[in-house]
Amino acid sequence: MIDFFTDLSVIFLSTITDVLPILIIIVFFQLVVLRQPIPHLKKVILGGVYVVVGLAFFLIGLEKALFPIGKIMATQLSDPTFIGASANEITSWTSYYWIYIFAALIGFSTTIAEPSLIAIALKADEVSAGTINPVILRITVAIGVAFALALGTFRIVTGTPLYLYIMVGYIIVIIQTIFTPKKFVALAYDSGGVTTSTVTVPIVAALGLGLSSAVPGRNPAIDGFGLIAFASLFPIISVLGYAQLLELKKRLSNIKTHKNEV
Amino acid sequence: MVYRNYFLLILKKLKAAFVDLVPIILVVVFFQSVVIQQPFPEIGEIIIGIFFVIIGLMLFIEGLEIGLFPIGETMAYALAKKGSVFWLITFSFALGFSTTIAEPALIAVAKEASEISSGAGLIENNKESMESYAMGLRLSVAFSVGLAIVIGVLRILKGWPLYYLIIGGYILVMLMTIIAPPEIIGLAYDAGGVTTSTITVPLVTALGVGLATVIKGRSPLVDGFGLIAFASLLPMIFVMAFGIFWFK
Repeated sequence: MIDFFTDLSVIFLSTITDVLPILIIIVFFQLVVLRQPIPHLKKVILGGVYVVVGLAFFLIGLEKALFPIGKIMATQLSDPTFIGASANEITSWTSYYWIYIFAALIGFSTTIAEPSLIAIALKADEVSAGTINPVILRITVAIGVAFALALGTFRIVTGTPLYLYIMVGYIIVIIQTIFTPKKFVALAYDSGGVTTSTVTVPIVAALGLGLSSAVPGRNPAIDGFGLIAFASLFPIISVLGYAQLLELKKRLSNIKTHKNEV
Repeated sequence: MVYRNYFLLILKKLKAAFVDLVPIILVVVFFQSVVIQQPFPEIGEIIIGIFFVIIGLMLFIEGLEIGLFPIGETMAYALAKKGSVFWLITFSFALGFSTTIAEPALIAVAKEASEISSGAGLIENNKESMESYAMGLRLSVAFSVGLAIVIGVLRILKGWPLYYLIIGGYILVMLMTIIAPPEIIGLAYDAGGVTTSTITVPLVTALGVGLATVIKGRSPLVDGFGLIAFASLLPMIFVMAFGIFWFK
């Protein structure tokens, strides 16, 4: 119990230093640069206290729940008796199919519910004057993340080099960028950045590291990371694809109306 | 009566934090009961931990919403209107740097990375060197996000096309990949996706859209977005640079 409280005080101290830079900047810019009193000072202070306490609680929960969930799922789903292989037999990548399904489901479900993606989708709907359907945009991003995590776990199981996948992904993004209407490009790039939330990142990272320690012949330091990178890259491809489909539809309907006029 | 309202409000906030976790809980419970069909180890600890995560996230987000976001957004608009490029750039860097240092997801990944690296013998296996490695990682990511926001703001001011910069960034990432030690590459690529979650995205989007609205001839759709894209690209380059210096 005493251990728990010393741990807690250490975590509190470190979260205060984590949040301190933000407070310094607010005070400096408000008082020195803008030369105005801080508006709603009481609320700002209360908010600061909430942020510090909340971050400390989150970090405790991270160690106790989020990391273990990712690791346990990776270990159980890649267990030799679960996938039906004997311990010393080299297993092919196909026997790990439950891992791919699990990763895809985690990716899809967390992305659909992701608050910052909902915010971006609504903003995009607003500024595009209704051309971009926010629900379809969210589904498109979620499919991108689901595919990304399934492919990412496949990469960890096979141990193929990460940069090859990323390079091919970048080339696809660059080619798509050339052929997509410019107003969608920035939106697509930003969709990739918002997919990985505070809750998802630790679980997905632990899943990858757990998987790379469980699969024979894999080294966590080299193979374990990369899932989050995939989850940021593939939604760009799927959103650019969605934008290209919208453009194609527009062109087709233009041709139709043109024909009707003739 | 007042207490009842207060209680309902807290319940509502708790629900919002809980919703974040629901998809994960559903998928994990489904797999445990239907696919794996084995008792879940340490289930008690994990349930306690989930409560910590929910309460922590609730307080964290509530604190951001009542205290930091309103003042951050007002400041971003005020500085964009003020017209001093020097202060705008300084603020952009400071905003990117400080919000990244407090980013919970980055703290989590840096911690995992320090454990993995000490396990693999890349850094010394003691608490001190693990902590300084994790801090070094977070500082390089925070510095690169600050720089990314500066480039993004300059782009909005000068009207540079987004995709040239992005493609240039991709090429740099590829070049760094060739010279960086293999143990840092996966982590570096991941750092790009980690940087932009809870705190950074809302503030930076506000800054970008605010700027694009203030400056004539910019549309929020084309110019307002795109800041986050830089904030995902530069950390990859800087973490690989960090790896080159740290592992040698």
